[in-house]
Order: sequence, then C-alpha cells, then structure tokens
Amino acid sequence: MAILSKEEAQTILKKVLSFSKADSCEVSLNGSNGGNIRYARNAVSTAGQIDVMSLSVNSTFGKKTGSASINEFDDSSLKKVVSRAEELAKLAPENPEFMPLLGTQNFQESKTFNEHTAAMTPDTRAEMVGKSLNVAKAANLDAAGFLENSTRFNSVMNSKGLFAYNKSTSVSFSVTIRNKEGTGSGYVEQDFNDLSKMDVLALSKIAASKATGSAGAKAIEPGKYTVILEPLAASDILGSMFRGFDARSADEGRSFMSKKGGGTRLGEQLFSENVNIYSDPMNPELPSATWNGDGLALKRTDWVKNGVVKNLAYSRFWAAKKGVEPLPFARSMVIEGGTQSLQDLIKSTEKGILVTRFWYIRSVDPQTLLLTGLTRDGTFYIENGEIKFPIKNFRFNESPVIMLNNVEALGKPVRTGSGMIPPMKIKDFTFSSLSDAI
Amino acid sequence: MRRRDFLYLTSLGAGAAMLPSLNTFGRTISVEEALIPVDVKLKKQMADIALNAAKSKGATYADVRIGRYLNQVVATRDARVENVANGESFGLGVRVLANGSWGFAATNNLDNASIAKAAELAVAIAKGNSKLMSEPVQLAPQKGYGEVSWKTPLEVNAFTVPIPQKVELLLNVNSEALKGGAKYVSSNLFMVNEQKYFASTEGSYIDQDIHRIWPNFTVTKIDATSGKFETRNALSSPMGMGFEYLTPKEEEKIKGGPVTMYKKRYDMFEDVKEATRHVSEKLKAKPVPAGKYDLILDPSHLFLTIHESVGHPTELDRVLGYEANYAGTSFLTLDKWESKKFNFGSDQVDVIADKLEVGSLGAVGYDDEGVKCGSWDIIKKGILVNYQTIRDQAHILGLKESQGCCYADSWDSIQFQRMPNVSLAPDNTSLTAAEMVKDVEKGIYMFGRNSYSIDQQRYNFQFSAQLAYEVKDGKIIGMFKDAAYQSNTQEFWNACAKRCGKNDYRLGGTFSDGKGQPSQVSAVSHGSATTRFNGVKVINTGSKLG
Repeated sequence: MAILSKEEAQTILKKVLSFSKADSCEVSLNGSNGGNIRYARNAVSTAGQIDVMSLSVNSTFGKKTGSASINEFDDSSLKKVVSRAEELAKLAPENPEFMPLLGTQNFQESKTFNEHTAAMTPDTRAEMVGKSLNVAKAANLDAAGFLENSTRFNSVMNSKGLFAYNKSTSVSFSVTIRNKEGTGSGYVEQDFNDLSKMDVLALSKIAASKATGSAGAKAIEPGKYTVILEPLAASDILGSMFRGFDARSADEGRSFMSKKGGGTRLGEQLFSENVNIYSDPMNPELPSATWNGDGLALKRTDWVKNGVVKNLAYSRFWAAKKGVEPLPFARSMVIEGGTQSLQDLIKSTEKGILVTRFWYIRSVDPQTLLLTGLTRDGTFYIENGEIKFPIKNFRFNESPVIMLNNVEALGKPVRTGSGMIPPMKIKDFTFSSLSDAI
Repeated sequence: MRRRDFLYLTSLGAGAAMLPSLNTFGRTISVEEALIPVDVKLKKQMADIALNAAKSKGATYADVRIGRYLNQVVATRDARVENVANGESFGLGVRVLANGSWGFAATNNLDNASIAKAAELAVAIAKGNSKLMSEPVQLAPQKGYGEVSWKTPLEVNAFTVPIPQKVELLLNVNSEALKGGAKYVSSNLFMVNEQKYFASTEGSYIDQDIHRIWPNFTVTKIDATSGKFETRNALSSPMGMGFEYLTPKEEEKIKGGPVTMYKKRYDMFEDVKEATRHVSEKLKAKPVPAGKYDLILDPSHLFLTIHESVGHPTELDRVLGYEANYAGTSFLTLDKWESKKFNFGSDQVDVIADKLEVGSLGAVGYDDEGVKCGSWDIIKKGILVNYQTIRDQAHILGLKESQGCCYADSWDSIQFQRMPNVSLAPDNTSLTAAEMVKDVEKGIYMFGRNSYSIDQQRYNFQFSAQLAYEVKDGKIIGMFKDAAYQSNTQEFWNACAKRCGKNDYRLGGTFSDGKGQPSQVSAVSHGSATTRFNGVKVINTGSKLG
C-alpha cells in the first residue's frame, strides 16, 4: 500500500531534508495505488493492480539546482538521492531565473478523497465491466472499454518550512461500442472522485445507442456549419487554449495571447460576451488539490469574464520580473453556461451538425491556435430541431479562439475530462475534408 | 556481496523499521552506480520467486519482468540551464495466465514476500476476470532460451558522459542561434537506458541493456513589425545509440540540397546554424497557393507519415478491435490481407517490419514476452502481406510463432503489441534527392516533422513540415509557408512514384508513441530514402485572429 498519511509523508520528507547539505532543498514524495481492467471484443483483455511511490529531490547551491529521483526508501537510498541531486547542482551552471523557495503556506483542505473509491477491488471493477459488457452483448454490439481507479497522495516539503499534502481518489470509465458490421460507433467517457456517481450501465447504453444510431452515415460537403458540440467535444478542443493562458509566452510574443507590438491581451475582449471561464479547487463537482508544484495556493480565479481576458498565469519568476503577484495555472477549468440541455440546443437549431467528440487534435498554427482534428463516434445532421441522420466524419481546421467568438448558446455544464464544460452551439465551424473512418 | 544484495536478501533496510510496507531494496542512482546493472543472479532469484508463486496458485503460464529504467534530461533555454534531471525507476511486474485469462500485478517492494504477493494477486485477478472471457487466451508456442543477454551496440554509453559536457554542448548550440539573431532558443538532450530482465515459466531468463538518445532544439524568431513568429526544430532523429550519435562525421552527412541531412551521426552545431537562417527565410516565405503538387518528402519528414499511415494500421491489435476505445481500429481489415491483392500502394511501396536494424529505436534482442526478434515484409510491391503480432494473436494469422512485437514501457505496465520499426525500402538504384528534384515540374520538397493528425482508422490525414521548398521546373526556387497536405492513406501510397537509392536511406523516429490504456509510450524508428508522391492535395493553413 503506497498511500502514506500526511504524518507518514511528513516523517520521510523531514528525514530527507535532514540529509541535505545544500543552501536550499525541496523534496516531493508521491504515491499511487490503483487498478485497471481493459476489455475489447466483448471480453476482458488485460487487467492489473499497480502500487508505486517515488521521491524526488531538488537541491540548490546559490542559483545552481540539480534534481534526482528514486523509488526506494531505506535511509541509504534517501541519503544517496540527496547527494546525487547535490552533485548535479554543483555541476549545473547558475540559473538566473532561480527563485528562492517559499516558506510556510496555508492551504485549504481539499475535497478530492472519497472512501468508496479508495475501497475498490479487482472484483468491483470486474462487476462494473460485466454490466457494460451485458449492454453490448444484449444489443449484438461489440464493446471495448477501460475502467481504472486510483488513490494517490502528493506531498512536498522544503527547507524553508513549506509542507503540502493532498490525498485523492479517482475513477474513470470509457467505452467504445461498435456494431458488428463496423458501420457504426459510439463512445462515452466519464471520471469522478466519487465512485457512487459513476453509472457504468447508463453510460454504456448511451454509447450503444450512438453505435446503432451512427450506422449508415451519409456524406455531406465539408464547409462552414453551425455545430452543437457535446461537452466532451468542447472539452477536447478547448484543452490547448487553456494552456495558452500564460503571461510569459504572451509577453514573449509567441502565443495567441500576444498583442501585436508587444505585451499581452489581458483585459481585451477576446471572446463572445457570453463566455465566462473560472477555476475553483473547491468546486464540489470538480474538486482539485489546493496547491501546485511550486507550493503556491490555488484559489478561485476568473480567467475570462463576459468574454474579456481577466487573468493570465504568472510563474513566480515572471511575476517578479513584471512586478505582479504570481498566479498559478488552474488544475481544472469551469466554463459557465445556462440551464439548457443538449436536447434543448438541438431543438433550437434549424440546420447544424451534432458532434460527439473530436480526435487527434494537433496544433497547426500556434499564433492563432489553429487546430486540426477529426470528428468521431457519432456525428449527426440536425434539421428543424431534430437529428435527421448520421453523417460521415469530418476533418476540421478551426481555432478555439475563433470558435469562442462564434458562440450562439451554452447549455448546462457537466463534468468532462478536467473541466466543467457546457454543450455549445457554435456558428461557422470549419470542416475541411471528409474521412471514411468509423 | 554488495550492500544492496544484502539488503534485498535480509529484507531489513533501515527504512523498514519505520514503514514496514516500504521497499527495503536499497540502491542509488549516482552516475557510477547507474552504470552497474543489478546482479543477474539476484534478478533470477527474484524472478523465480514470482514464477513459483504464480504456478503454486494455479497459473498455467507466468512471466516476470524486472526493470530498471534510467533516464536523464538536460534542458536549456537561451544562455541558461532549465533542468538537469536523473530519473530512475526499479520494480517488478508479473503477468499470468489462469483459467484462460490474463492477470497482472506490479510492485517496487522487492522483498521475497512482496514479490510472491504480487504474483498471487495477478493470479487472483486473472481468475476473477475469467468469467468475463468469451474464449481462453491462446498463446503461440515459444521455446525457453535459458540464460541469454543482449545489448544495444554502442560506442559511448551516454550516461558515462559528464553532465558539464552535455550542458556545454547545448549552451554552445544556443549561443550559435542567438548569434544568428534568434530571439529564443531551447535545446534538450534525452537519454534512456532500459535494463530489463525477463523470465518465464517456459525457461527463458533474458537480460537486456537498451539505450536511446535524442538531441533536439527549437529556434524562434519574431518579426517585430508584423508580430509574427516562426520556429525551426532540429532535424536530428532519436536513435537507439550511445553518445557517439553527437560526434559528427562528414561521411554521415548528405549535402548539396537546401538542407544538410544526417545519417547515423548528427552535427548539432551545423544544424542549428542552418536552422537560424531557415527561420528568417520562413518569416519571409511566400504563402503556399492551395492545389495539387508533387511532393518530395525527405526521410526526416516521411518517417512520421510512414508511422501514422503504415505502422499503425498494420498493428494487428488495432485491426482486431483491441484498441477500439483508445488509439482506434484500422481500415486494413483481415479480409484485405486474406485477399492477397489489396492494393495498399503503388509497386514502389515495399514496407519492412524490423526489430534488428542497428541504430534504430526498436532494436532489441528479445521482446517483452521472451520472443527472439527478426524482420518481415508488411507491404510487398504495394500489396498488404502481413501485420505485427504478439503471442496471443499469432494464431489469428495462422502463424506458428509470434513476430516479437510485445513491449511494456515500464516494469509496472502490462506488455502488449507495439510497433516494430516499420520502414520503406529504398530503391535499388543510386538515385539521389538532387536528381529526383530535377524531374519535378510543380512540387514541394519537405523536411522535418511538424503538425500531424490522422483519423482512428487511418484513412484521412493532414501533415506539415518544418521546411517546405517550392520546386518549379526541376529547381528549388524558394520557401513556402503554411503548407500542409491532406490525403487518404491508400490514395497517397498509390501516388508513390519514385524512391531514392540506399545511399539516401536514413532513420527518423519517435521517442514517445502513445497507445494502450493506461497509456504507454514506446520508441520506434522508420527508415526511408527521399521519396516522391505525385499530385497530392496541399492546403494553405494560414489563419488570422480578428
């Protein structure tokens, strides 16, 4: 069992620090214990239980830092990993961007741990997968899926007195259900901290109905369309945009957040007025740890308010250089929405395309955040407020920044991937070619 | 007896008194010790504990992998070092077949009791899951090899090269770029050493020492008036080699084209100097007019197209549906293989799967289920003739043995089918790239990997390059920007018109191909000579924010 309590982690970290001869030292200790079960062709393919813990040391002399990590914890190993980090630090050139370590900080207690999830066994997983397989078998479809749960702890301590600890659980499930002919495919994915929220049966039924409903897709011409993005599709395409909320790359002129002629787009109306994005580690639907790797506290932060960029993340170094307070990246984002369901958005659409998810998204132009990728596992044509027929998958070439300027409506946010994301109705979304993939 | 052996055998490290559940097998990762592998006798003892425990609980087959994975990263930016890190992970994974089902468990607690417990847990998982199986796992026969070993052929173990030497190399590279007017430059060295031991109930005890290295950089320039920026990455390749890859040799260079290219020795200084010039040219390059072009693809670019459009769709697990929920399936269904006439590409397309090529990322002696490695044809004169398989798939193709494509990225990952090196054979002529260009009326000559995206069955793809040169009437006349080609795999490979000769053959590769759930990475090379594809659709990807 690699899940150490706060006190156990503290004991090891203190011991490691006691071996340090450096000017300053930071040690992190992380562990996880979890299992997974994978299935395909309506049978289990692999399953395992994995228990790991590792420790890493950053030692600094002046402005020279070295790092070393290890997954063995007897005194002799702990001493040697410290001396190895110190050896590397002495060999390293000075880092002009080195920031002195933070001292003691206060962090809120997170809500990331759940007892039921922590108590999961291989039998719990097999039973859940059994339910998913039954859905596929009963409908004469093929299921391939993955269920994984883990309990982890993360802790960090430094020689200036900072100590942070977090314990969390997660359970994640995804399944692709396809028809036997290979002409239809459906997909769902979901993750929670709390096992009791995970309804494998209901999720599998959605994937099965998409597998059946997407069979016999018709080809329609690529071009600009109004799209309704399910929360998963929206989450897929917005991930890289969230990573762009970084002051440094914007200031350096190499991001979509860079202003022509220098500076950042902080304070600019970059998106439609109905776009509001924030992060909050204490959000009960989407809890996260309350500190980041630098030892900075994570707090509720508005990133976009009424379409205006309100904050960019500043590392401690960049904040000092710019004379502002550091602001860490969020671990998860909430995009606010309304009360409408996905069905409501479909009903209000005269002509459009419903997208279940996107796939293989890659950056084409980092300056405008132009992305390319494809639709997958259920793409449908909507006319007069109803789904009319399944359509063949498209490749898209589109920027999420442009997309969030074309928002017609946002529905009720749901937990999807690492965010709370609403279904979205977007006009003029660019599809550039057709794909035969199913 | 060395101290670490003593600690293992007595199970009584000092840490154990405080935390009995913690590992007590003490080792270090100092450079000196990193060079000393764990004693093979000790690994055999640990393996036998796992195998015996699995058998005693009813496993019909078991294998155990004891892995020590070392990695080192040196990362720099401009005139400073961003990170120097040494990572090490050591532990044991045991996989068993019981009641016809697989089970797996892994631990880094390497005392005898914990090893046995992991094996027992793997058997319990297998038995628990067997009720969800529709048919039992069928393993292709495999003989035991006894005690054998294999090492990456190398001249200089990169882990023996002092850190200051690596730092100096990278900072000098950065300095060249900054001197050439780069606004920013970052450069990195990644080094991996897998010390892995495999043992199975069939009597194999295989000790392997595998090395990989990857130098890379990115040079950025910004046009102050337009606010536009451009970058150029290194045209190096990750290799299954030691530090000798970074010692340039003139005979390993190909000169005479618009870009100097490298075979099995890389000149990082020369490349960064060229890159710094290229970025300025990219800022001034002409936007590509969309349309059909003949593409001349350098191996530094073509490797990724081979990887995505030939390597992945010929993975048998994808064909069968085992990756349906993650990496995807494949358009190369079994009926296409069975027909023996599926026209994957033109008669220029000979694709070889290989696990042996010296210097390649995929080269090993044995795979991660104890199968001796080899090479075989996948596409022969354009026709699909084979796939990539492991032991529990071989029977599906009527094969009597596995093709040795099993790999796990760590001791705590379950091994499964991964891509071998998949390479396009060069032509038997001595055609050079410069000669190839002379025949092209309207074309684009591409170098280096950039944006890449392909659908989950590997039909529709879009790729772009680090450098795209306009070719007109047999001459390179300038640089294009915003060029990407979109095509369909079968159409694209049927447009393969000509390959250069073996003197132009080079390896490209990827350090971190992702597949599986939980996701695992693997490193794989793809060789080719410069190759021409006729009449491919090119789009202009230029875009603007309002």
